[in-house]
Amino acid sequence: MARHTLSVLVEDVPGVLTRVASLFARRAFNINSLAVGPTEVQGMSRITVVVEAEGDLLEQVTKQLNKLINVIKIVELIPDSSVQRDHILVKVRADAATRLQVTQAADLFRASVVDVSTDALIIEATGTAEKLTALLSVLEPFGIREIVQSGTLAVGRGAKSMSDRALRSA
Amino acid sequence: MSKGSPSSPTLMAKPTAPAAPARSQPRDAVQAVQPSAIRGSNTVVPPTEMLGSAAIVRSLEELGVDDIFGLPGGAILPTYDPLLASTKLRHILVRHEQGAGHAAQGYAMVTGRPGVCIVTSGPGATNLVTAIADAHMDSVPMVIITGQVNSAAIGSDAFQEADIVGITMPITKHSYLVTNAADIPRIIAEAFHIASTGRPGPVLVDISKDAQQATTMFSWPPKIDLPGYRTVVRGHSKQVREAARLIGESQRPVLYVGGGVIKAHGAAELLELAELVGAPVVTTLMARGVFPDSHEQHVGMPGMHGSVSAVTALQQSDLLITLGARFDDRVTGVLSTFAPGAKVIHADIDPAEISKNRTADVPIVGSVKEIMPELTNALREQFAATGAPDIGAWWTMINRLRETYPMGYTQPDDGLSAPQHVIKRIGELTGPEGVYAAGVGQHQMWAAQFIKYERPHAWLNSGGLGTMGYAVPAAMGAKVGNPDRVVWAIDGDGCFQMTNQELATCVINNIPIKVAIINNSSLGMVRQWQTLFYEGRYSNTDLNTGHDTARVPDFVKLADAYGCVGLRCERDEDIDATIAQALAINDRPVVIDFVVSRDSMVWPMVPSGVSNDLIQIARDMTPDWEQED
Repeated sequence: MARHTLSVLVEDVPGVLTRVASLFARRAFNINSLAVGPTEVQGMSRITVVVEAEGDLLEQVTKQLNKLINVIKIVELIPDSSVQRDHILVKVRADAATRLQVTQAADLFRASVVDVSTDALIIEATGTAEKLTALLSVLEPFGIREIVQSGTLAVGRGAKSMSDRALRSA
Repeated sequence: MSKGSPSSPTLMAKPTAPAAPARSQPRDAVQAVQPSAIRGSNTVVPPTEMLGSAAIVRSLEELGVDDIFGLPGGAILPTYDPLLASTKLRHILVRHEQGAGHAAQGYAMVTGRPGVCIVTSGPGATNLVTAIADAHMDSVPMVIITGQVNSAAIGSDAFQEADIVGITMPITKHSYLVTNAADIPRIIAEAFHIASTGRPGPVLVDISKDAQQATTMFSWPPKIDLPGYRTVVRGHSKQVREAARLIGESQRPVLYVGGGVIKAHGAAELLELAELVGAPVVTTLMARGVFPDSHEQHVGMPGMHGSVSAVTALQQSDLLITLGARFDDRVTGVLSTFAPGAKVIHADIDPAEISKNRTADVPIVGSVKEIMPELTNALREQFAATGAPDIGAWWTMINRLRETYPMGYTQPDDGLSAPQHVIKRIGELTGPEGVYAAGVGQHQMWAAQFIKYERPHAWLNSGGLGTMGYAVPAAMGAKVGNPDRVVWAIDGDGCFQMTNQELATCVINNIPIKVAIINNSSLGMVRQWQTLFYEGRYSNTDLNTGHDTARVPDFVKLADAYGCVGLRCERDEDIDATIAQALAINDRPVVIDFVVSRDSMVWPMVPSGVSNDLIQIARDMTPDWEQED
């Protein structure tokens, strides 16, 4: 099954996330990741959903999503023509003996160390899912204590704005 | 994947054009002219101070609502106070909230206007869930107002609290939780707009008690703001031309007509299109009556219990002209074997229906009311240029099937009446101007098969959800909407016992419906399946209401207890006289206990899980396909 990234522009009203998420659940779709936040337009939020689905089923679920009154617009973002980023915080074991090795590993991935204690570091990294997977595999031997990860954020390349066009057509 | 419509929530937000005054319209189904997104007369009401509860009542009045069905309780109590004072709203007090829901459905089905019900929080709201799901499945426009506990108590498991917005999310077109009195007029206007436009459906408005009790400034009309709600009405002209081209090439076309054509008030447009195409027309369970049964081109109802001619027409077709239908599993049988040689034109207002079950070769999104005349025009040009195709051989085959396998039934062996005969005579003696609401099961199928429908909005049933108990309250709502018509509830002995408490509502409010209980003393359709597929092991389908049983309850006594006229008919020779007697009584509801055979079965039948090609005309009998034309 292919992985698809959908950007869903919604009205920022109570319950909208439930409506969107439960529609995926009702159609037995597994949501790989989900990120929600406000946009440049007041009163509108943008939900980025990554799902695994076959084309026909995805079309059906997209049509069903479009039927939700609070959903303004849906766009599928193709990896080649969009920027897609995940954000991660990793707590790694690091004492005086290994600290340098761990920070060097982080540097290689342009990750930054955001907290230091006697026997652990917290590393913050941003990148594609593949890059973050690679970072984790490098850190893994030192001992990963905790991982917190955001949903994928995605935006189309170029000057076009999703909400701009949605508002014009509205 | 974007919503492709250029239409205009901003236009919707400008209720400038004068709308037709809804209250002066006849109550029969008419296509209301609605230049404004806000129904009703759009009278300008300057800001006026009132309570939220009064704003609810006033909003309903301004929207042109006249009848509402409901039952009060704690959380909606504030709204019942101004309701008492309203001279424009007639509130009909039901005996169970589910009855209010189905009544609102029945009202909407005959008038084409949203049915309205109002109930309290918690159990009041949850009792409506079945009716809401039913309306959602059958695309019935309906607005449900529920009381909710105080906003400060929401989420605290307060007395009679239920998250009804959450519970009904999958079965409503949209829903609102209102906790601010100032939002009431806008949200109620939006609810009516959403319920009645596009693909109609139920919209729930849950209003907290404190919002009802708060003071607010009411003004009318409100500004509707729905940036995410757009409905495409006109069909894409290129697709319409492509559809016309396919029809021009088709040797075996069929018009596959669904309930959407009734919802769109498109019967006249359908007749014109169908007569131009000249093809066989099938009307689904939800579409019965939208094309006259008496019309030469009508070849029956398709589906699991459809006629041989209708089912075969679809199976053998090379082109399905699909109008407001959704390729439901009861129509298609095993989907992969459905109409294998057919290309598909699919016109529907809901883009999500197109290519959901069956891939459309020519998808046309829009209102069938607009699309059918567009297609008719395109087709006239097409025929003028290339001539109409000769479909004579196709009609020869269909006509042979129609003549060889007409709808029929056999007289039962046990000496009791044939239920089909009872239902047929009710239809014949009442005529096509009557309204017929059925429950769910055998009697529903027989009522779809053996009553002749000549007009839309005459046949009401629970098609999608299959809700037993629909008939009595739906008939009640239909009679309120169409007080001058004879309204029958064709019910089963099982169904009737689920919602017959509304007979009290009918008697007290002078709603003289007629109820025909087709009493075969069992859950007949389930029993039929037990006969056919479970070696006659009748597990829990005996209801003991019929001939030679304990007769619990005695339906005649029950009718009598409710203040209805109760009649019983046990012999063939009494059927006509009993129906005539019921038709002569118009001051009270009439309940007739038609005692019929329990062994009658619904035929034809496509057994579940097989191709429509395996349709049986009677037990283990399939049509003779080999016969020469």
